[in-house]
Amino acid sequence: MEKTRESRFMKYLRKDRLPNIFCAGCGNGIVMNTFFNGMEMAEINMEDVVLVSGIGCSSRIPGYVKCDSLHTTHGRPISFATGVKLANPDRNVVVFSGDGDAAAIGGNHLIHGARRNIDLTVICINNSIYGMTGGQISPTSPQGSYGSTAPYGSLENPFDLSKLVTAAGASYVARWTTAHPLQLSSAIKKGLKNKGFSFIEVVSQCPTYFGRKNRMKSPLDMMQWMKEESVVKRKADRMDVAELEGKIIVGDFQKKDAPEFSERICQLSSEKCPLEKPSAVRSAYRGD
Amino acid sequence: MITIDEKLCKGCNICTEFCPHHVYEESENLNKKGVHIPVPENEERCTKCQVCSLLCPDQAIKVDEEDEN
Repeated sequence: MEKTRESRFMKYLRKDRLPNIFCAGCGNGIVMNTFFNGMEMAEINMEDVVLVSGIGCSSRIPGYVKCDSLHTTHGRPISFATGVKLANPDRNVVVFSGDGDAAAIGGNHLIHGARRNIDLTVICINNSIYGMTGGQISPTSPQGSYGSTAPYGSLENPFDLSKLVTAAGASYVARWTTAHPLQLSSAIKKGLKNKGFSFIEVVSQCPTYFGRKNRMKSPLDMMQWMKEESVVKRKADRMDVAELEGKIIVGDFQKKDAPEFSERICQLSSEKCPLEKPSAVRSAYRGD
Repeated sequence: MITIDEKLCKGCNICTEFCPHHVYEESENLNKKGVHIPVPENEERCTKCQVCSLLCPDQAIKVDEEDEN
């Protein structure tokens, strides 16, 4: 196949690793495309991007992208990303994380990242289940949904991640689904442009585990479900709790200006440093 | 012009379902892995909105911005 006959996102991908490991119809590939699209819309150079991920299906995304990337321990991508951002404040640090990674084992790192309002863009791919390990119930599985650890339906109340991160103090929070690729791209663009903690929750499909156990066997069934059940935030604000039962609220949850952490740290160290140039902060990896 | 990379397509059929103008159709053609590759049967309807290339999880679809001929 000629070079010109490839997808427009192929220039960002490590071609030798394709086709990717994701199941047919997995939402991770769609999130990857929308990220590239959002990055093009924000006019950000791939050279300035660092992708950080933890453990899980969604955390395999940085492995396919031709840029600086860091594959870290389970639940800790935001901690590693904090370090990357403080050492290289001029880089755009993006965290790819799943719901099990960000909300379960890394829940504390998520809320403390949001509390500090450090300039990271966290893309949390929420497929409501632990896909990589065999379909166990995760903290975001809807009440009553089936999984391999909940054969009679989940009894627990799920986390509303967007509301959690908004309450923790993030400056940009949005939720969209993989069935809304254009809105999702523009949310990612806003997240990349925002100076502060940006959290984009993507409700995604896992046809292999969530779909199979919840009577939505194909990725098409799951995407139709997400498209039909999503309600825009503005409309949802006027609806009562009973009407919102089982709906996915999408849209911007938070957009505010707040002081950013890495900027304040740099400012503090240049004020307190006896030498003029705080080399420890500005150029940890440049050797000058 | 629409090109589908047979090596990358996994046959999820998201393109056949979510193309706003129903350009794609399921086909009987099998690739090496035994996957039914969709075909752009109604290519004249395509408005080059690029939704299919954005929705393809395997980056298998290329839609040219402008026709070369």
